[in-house]
Amino acid sequence: MQAKGSRGAPSLRALPFLFLVAALLGMLPLLHSHGVQSDPVMASEPPHHYPAVISGNEPGDITAAPLGVSQEISPLPNHSSPGHAKNRKAFPVLGIDYTHVRIPFEISLWILLACLMKLGFHVIPSVSSIVPESCLLIVVGLLVGGLIKGVGESPPILRSDIFFLFLLPPIILDAGYFLPLRQFTENLGTILIFAVVGTLWNAFFLGGLMYAVCQISGTGLNDIGLLANLLFGSIISAVDPVAVLAVFEEIHINELLHILVFGESLLNDAVTVVLYHLFEEFANFEQVTVTDIILGFLSFFVVSLGGVFVGVIYGVIAAFTSRFTSHIRVIEPLFVFLYSYMAYLSAELFHLSGIMALIASGVVMRPYVEANISHKSHTTIKYFLKMWSSVSETLIFIFLGVSTVAGRHYWNWTFIISTLIFCLIARVLGVLGLTWFINKFRIVKLTPKDQFIIAYGGLRGAIAFSLGYLLDYEHFGMRDMFLTAIITVIFFTVFVQGMTIRPLVDLLAVKKKQETKRSINEEIHTQFLDHLLTGIEDICGHYGHHHWKDKLNRFNKKYVKKCLIAGERSKEPQLIAFYHKMEMKQAIELVESGGLGKIPSAISTVSMQNINPKALPVKRILPALSKDKEEEIRKILRNNLQKTRQRLRSYNRHTLVADPYEEAWNQMLLRRQKARQLEQKINNYLTVPAHKLDSPTMSRARIGSDPLAYEPKSDSGNLPIITVDPASPQSPESVDLVNEELKGTSCLPPSPEEDEEGLVMRVKDPSSPGTDDVFTPGAGDSPSNQRIMRCLSDPGPQPEPEEGEPFIPKGK
Amino acid sequence: MGSAHSMPEEIQELADKTGFTLEQIEHLHRRFKQISGDQRTIRKESFDRIPDLEFNPIRSKIVRAFFDKRNLRQASDGLAEEINFEDFLTIMSYFRPMEMNMDEEQLDHFRKEKLKFLFHMYDSDNDGKITLQEYRKVVEELLSRNPHLEKESARSIADGAMMEAASICVGQMEPDQVYEGITFEDFLKMWQGIDIDTKMHVRFLNMEPIAHCH
Repeated sequence: MQAKGSRGAPSLRALPFLFLVAALLGMLPLLHSHGVQSDPVMASEPPHHYPAVISGNEPGDITAAPLGVSQEISPLPNHSSPGHAKNRKAFPVLGIDYTHVRIPFEISLWILLACLMKLGFHVIPSVSSIVPESCLLIVVGLLVGGLIKGVGESPPILRSDIFFLFLLPPIILDAGYFLPLRQFTENLGTILIFAVVGTLWNAFFLGGLMYAVCQISGTGLNDIGLLANLLFGSIISAVDPVAVLAVFEEIHINELLHILVFGESLLNDAVTVVLYHLFEEFANFEQVTVTDIILGFLSFFVVSLGGVFVGVIYGVIAAFTSRFTSHIRVIEPLFVFLYSYMAYLSAELFHLSGIMALIASGVVMRPYVEANISHKSHTTIKYFLKMWSSVSETLIFIFLGVSTVAGRHYWNWTFIISTLIFCLIARVLGVLGLTWFINKFRIVKLTPKDQFIIAYGGLRGAIAFSLGYLLDYEHFGMRDMFLTAIITVIFFTVFVQGMTIRPLVDLLAVKKKQETKRSINEEIHTQFLDHLLTGIEDICGHYGHHHWKDKLNRFNKKYVKKCLIAGERSKEPQLIAFYHKMEMKQAIELVESGGLGKIPSAISTVSMQNINPKALPVKRILPALSKDKEEEIRKILRNNLQKTRQRLRSYNRHTLVADPYEEAWNQMLLRRQKARQLEQKINNYLTVPAHKLDSPTMSRARIGSDPLAYEPKSDSGNLPIITVDPASPQSPESVDLVNEELKGTSCLPPSPEEDEEGLVMRVKDPSSPGTDDVFTPGAGDSPSNQRIMRCLSDPGPQPEPEEGEPFIPKGK
Repeated sequence: MGSAHSMPEEIQELADKTGFTLEQIEHLHRRFKQISGDQRTIRKESFDRIPDLEFNPIRSKIVRAFFDKRNLRQASDGLAEEINFEDFLTIMSYFRPMEMNMDEEQLDHFRKEKLKFLFHMYDSDNDGKITLQEYRKVVEELLSRNPHLEKESARSIADGAMMEAASICVGQMEPDQVYEGITFEDFLKMWQGIDIDTKMHVRFLNMEPIAHCH
């Protein structure tokens, strides 16, 4: 009740949104029924002629919804004919042809509604902290549905094909692509048992009991046979990934529980698909033979493994394709989306499990694609997936609400209440029984608390609804009642369980997810531990999890990576890749923060100078860092440059390939920076680095360099001047320096020589600010200062020539 | 079961000491004999007989850990020449999974023991600190399976990690302040993010492959 009260308050504030959208929606019927002009007489027409045209099962089937795309086409001619009749007038200077834009227009409106709603909820944080978003969205859907109905229009229904073809895949792909693979594989056995055995148990337990209920005379349900009940059971027994994601993302539960429930919801798709088709088929048969059952059992393996197989194939193709995209970076993300979608569709084509295919393709392609594509593309993929999935999710929940209002309902107390109760009982019993079994094999046992959350987290959702919606009247005359029961269960799980799960998690003190940023130390320790465990397993001769993982890793490194990852990166060990990624992230944060505002703590507060000079006074010098720092710096610069390039060139060029002027650019940039750096260097040298970081001079310098990047580029007439610039004495120098540096790093045994050099450099320091080449290895002041300089302000000089090299071939 | 019956008290004693079940001890004993070549003790060279271990990048560290007296709880320093079955079990017991019925205190102790073991692997010179040098060595070894190993990157990763560790454990540092290395307390702090008690364990039962070999 509290929750209800508080929901009232937000809806007041969200009212503007509601009104806006509702007003728009309310206008739709007026507009679209006439196309050309609004005529009060015709306003009542659509409800009449829609059902006739559609020949659908339900009057509510089709409406002004975006969801009716395929069928919407048929009404079009009807609409246009009155339009044509009026065309006898003189040439219309301004005409309205709503039918022309209607479908995309309405789709956009719905999506807009979804987005506005999402926005609205986040504006009012007090609500979203109590009520999960999914509940709010359903309520919105109910309201909108009611409004549409109030206007006299029949609201749209969440149509199954739209749901399965367009709304579901983004969510699943998002889940699959960003699946926490480690936890997933570590708990795969448990997840599979829950997903397969648990779902089967739920379906048969529920179906059987419901059949028993139907046999009770006086309920009016006697004509519902066993098969129909089993079908119903199989529809409603599957935990829904969309609902689970929506709720679990908000409660931040620990990873183990999250992956158990979520993994189950993903993998039970195969079971649901098989059971659904099986029982649907069986409903047509006169008699079900043993062969049919065996075939059904077989088809489970075909559907699940087939789905995975399809997904893996597409995943590998996607990875392979991404190997060659280095020239056309802009379409990289598209490959990921298309291949995954194709995987989904291909799997659906054969009635395989599309969800499994999507997950498999996402999981398979990700490591290779990520190594191949540019960082920007990766960001794009991330954002697009998140955007699509969240919009889909929002739409799904809204339409669940709308469909509830729109659909025909048949309320049978006995059936629906017993469904709800048995659903809960089946879930609890299933989880308890299965964990008892699983715990015999698990090393990390599932505690009673865990079991409770797993059972309680078994939310049902839109998949069940859509499957129920797919049933046809011919064989399942009780479809309306099924749908009503399904909706009731969905609402109960989403509202009651979804809303209470957070307080319960707090109450039970279930371990929450630790919000730790993944640090380099953790990565090292984790890898160390992995190898250690593999070693111990080998020593005690047990070929377990770690052993096989190790084998797989080695195989992956030896063969697969070489085929699927282009160039150097295929040989990059994981640790280094991770390190680079982190460095890059820091660098980008650095750039995005406009320079020095927020510097990753590791850099800002502690420098190598602080570390252990006692033990190895010689070895603590910077040059060791330089190479990776360079990498980082180069990335900063590249990031910057890409930004400029994109902004300036997006009109006429669709590639991110470097232009010949880029080098000139870089030189430009550097020179300006160098000038500033000199200043800073002196400053820095004189002051304490840790505090100096935030000095206004430096941040000014940082910011100051940015506009420079744009200025000359915008007027391309100045190009000659720019090319002249780098030709000035500085540029060859910097190139030389780099060469020197490279020589130093590659040819010489790194530690002693460089360190010595480092020492010498330090002696040299004071003079260096005077000389122009800031970038001489010796130019730094104290090592720490130099380091900071490299991280923060040097991006200019160093990366420069090296950067030019890879870019130019690309351009050609 | 032969050995178990022949000296049940001894085995029971071992079981009490290390927390393994009798069955597990028997499995491990078989494996021990396999590794040692039916000797009473294992020497360093014995580990060469384990083919899979060969590919392990931190092989030397793992083998060393078996002979580390700190881990064997014999002395605070030094390496043992050879270890007997009891020592072997002691080492193995670091990799026992936690039990359901442990209370908070036991769990904490358990976790610390595991982490101590790890810490000792890092801290090879036993000065209670993981110095930069030691850390670099670890990272180098981790990367050593890579044919294109660049010592440079290993070092810079270690350096980066060290700096991160310093900033996590000490926070703001004055330039003249010195972070000498990761102490065990710092080590604990860093491992907070990783659930050691759910990770550092090996399944000791169902070791069928050995049973077959035997």
